[in-house]
Amino acid sequence: MIFLIPVAVLMGAVGLAAFFWSLRSGQYEDLEGAAHRILIDDEEDRT
Amino acid sequence: MAVIALKEDAGCPSGLAPAEREESRADPSAFVRQGADGRDVLELMVQGAKCAGCIRKIEGGLLALPGVTDARLNLSTGRLSVSWAHGAVAAREITDALGRLGYASAAFDPEAARQSADEEGRRLLRYMAVAGFAAMNIMMFSVPVWSGGGEMGEGTRTLLHWVSAFIAIPASLYAAQPFFRSAWKALSARHANMDVPISLAVFLTLGISVAETIQQGEHAYFDGITMLLFFLLVGRYLDHRLRERARTAARDLLALQSVSASRIEPDGTIRAIPARDIGVGDRLSLAAGDRAPVDCVVEEGVSELDRSMLTGETMPQPAGVGAVVHAGVVNLTQRLVVKATARVQDSAMAQLARLIEIGEQGRARFVRLADKAAALYVPVVHSLAALTFLGWLFGPSLLRLAGFEVADVGVRIALMNAIAVLIITCPCALGLAVPAVQVVATGRLFKRGVLVKSGDALERLAETDVVVFDKTGTLTLGKPTLISRVETETLQAAASLARTSRHPLSRALTEAAGPGVPQASARELPGEGIEADVNGEKWRLGRRSFAAPTAPDANDGAVELWFSRGSGVAARFVFMDALRSDASETVRALKQRGIAVELLSGDRPTAVAAAALAAGIEAWKGGVSPADKTARLAALKASGRRSLMVGDGLNDAAALAAAHASASPGTALEASQAASDLVIQGAGLLALVEAIDVAKAAKARALENLRFSALYNLIAAPTAAAGLLTPLIAALAMSGSSLIVTLNALRLQLRGGPWTS
Repeated sequence: MIFLIPVAVLMGAVGLAAFFWSLRSGQYEDLEGAAHRILIDDEEDRT
Repeated sequence: MAVIALKEDAGCPSGLAPAEREESRADPSAFVRQGADGRDVLELMVQGAKCAGCIRKIEGGLLALPGVTDARLNLSTGRLSVSWAHGAVAAREITDALGRLGYASAAFDPEAARQSADEEGRRLLRYMAVAGFAAMNIMMFSVPVWSGGGEMGEGTRTLLHWVSAFIAIPASLYAAQPFFRSAWKALSARHANMDVPISLAVFLTLGISVAETIQQGEHAYFDGITMLLFFLLVGRYLDHRLRERARTAARDLLALQSVSASRIEPDGTIRAIPARDIGVGDRLSLAAGDRAPVDCVVEEGVSELDRSMLTGETMPQPAGVGAVVHAGVVNLTQRLVVKATARVQDSAMAQLARLIEIGEQGRARFVRLADKAAALYVPVVHSLAALTFLGWLFGPSLLRLAGFEVADVGVRIALMNAIAVLIITCPCALGLAVPAVQVVATGRLFKRGVLVKSGDALERLAETDVVVFDKTGTLTLGKPTLISRVETETLQAAASLARTSRHPLSRALTEAAGPGVPQASARELPGEGIEADVNGEKWRLGRRSFAAPTAPDANDGAVELWFSRGSGVAARFVFMDALRSDASETVRALKQRGIAVELLSGDRPTAVAAAALAAGIEAWKGGVSPADKTARLAALKASGRRSLMVGDGLNDAAALAAAHASASPGTALEASQAASDLVIQGAGLLALVEAIDVAKAAKARALENLRFSALYNLIAAPTAAAGLLTPLIAALAMSGSSLIVTLNALRLQLRGGPWTS
């Protein structure tokens, strides 16, 4: 119990930190574009 | 490899967005700024990009230009950021390349672009994340407390409560900041808004829960308060997103208005400058196809002007030295040198912008559905909580006076029950009821090409009972189309002359003739027509007095062009500003819904009558000035009608702002788009009918949600006042009601309706 509670709280904190990181790195700037970009092929090897 | 798009390949490859009206804009080089790494950066607004193919075409096409190092299109906002090695490419080449690919683009004022970072939204998202994670973690400790029942020892329960408190207190104090701030602002202005009971509930709940934990009591509401904050913040965030999208659309339009101008310096060189830097007395070069950025007077040159955006008049008017050119007028045929007579902020367009502002202030008095509910809600909840407290505190004494045997319950229980009322009635569902519906509805419309520009537009649109159309460019395509039948050979010959001109009639002729070769020897005489020497013959295309002076005047008031070859028989071409293909269908659909339709136009009454007849509109009026339009809308308002104005020109802008709700086609001038609630992209008007349908459905959903919230409170509040509430019930009731409200809003998207594709 003494051990499990801090682990649980810590895991929550890690999740929160991960979300903040994603927010700061601009992953929510263009939600629609991201959905479409997956469909674009890389053209580098086609010349 | 650079892929130069063919004409048929222009625009969105998926066909989601038809190519927008082409229009040559001023030189974007005035808006190029220096990036941090010394490269040139240009921010552009791109119209018509809708799918993956668009991203690829645009980014690929630009990167293929020599020197361009980076091109990134944001599909959600339509903004394109291009950077290149300093001086490697002219800004004009970028916009030209986009034009070849089939996308209209316009430079962004860098200042406007920089302001666009949505700080408030990010902050709300952070608050929401903190509240959400706290709620989840506390729930982990609450579930054992609830389910432990009698088995859990007092010590363990208190330990779990303490852990919850350790998470909940900092998290709630952090996440509730927007509510505290708003409540404080309201209180210092001696008002009470929805955030006052929320803030009060946060403080009291935290206080009482800590007190309970210290006394090793059973009921701590740490889970309830964080969950409450989470749901409230979700509603707040959705509402913010909606307003932000509307604000961004408005700001984008303002940024687009920041066109540039070509100033003729004293030494004769021409320099591109932002329009706001034009001073009175500056000499400007106005190329054929350019829109005048400020009010000015012609100094050199003869040309024809398209004033349709200002007056609704479709026919170009000749202009020579000394002619006054108002801001917004398009120069058609020849280059003009003009002298600015007013700065941008004093020009005709800016005065219209002020009219728009006045109209919008009037509209701001519209009370939103959610605000109406809140106004009703706050006093009721406050007095209920106060009554609960007083009832539990003094009730027993009163009962004893009446002869009953009851013991005092004490301040603690009274306070607990009063707080329980505050928590359970907290407007989770109420806060979500309207924004959730509006988010779903605007998202739905956005996919159909209707941009909803203001938060309460849908509510106003749902009330529409009369639609007022403008003619030129709204009901019609805004450009002449050839309607007379002519031999192909004659048409081709005339078109070879017409191809050299930007005059709208020439363009209509070219369009009817299809692709071909322009006549090299052709020259344009402004106000008269085009002349060319072909195989020793004099070919003339233009007005009757110029091209065929001997031909009889048809005298039917039609818009015409004459074409003559040497001494042969002259041919007559008749044009009409054709209706949009779905105009009459739209009018019929509106009438079916019991909505009256009117047509107000600045064009000649004969032309307006013809359009009204074709579209099936009985109530029409021609030759109407902008002030008359506004007056008509005011009259409709005075008689209790809810008007929807649909228009595109500058002459409509004031009327758009004065109407109860307003819409403009995507081809409209930016000022008109800025003044209206809805912008309908694409060529059709039918989306307007869909927008009204969706608005009506959304209103019905929102009302359902509000009714449900009221019903919920009607059951929950007495339960709490009676002291029957436990943290478990509070948690279930709150999340349950929020869920139901959200699901009801989503029904708008799931249910098959006339607008589902």
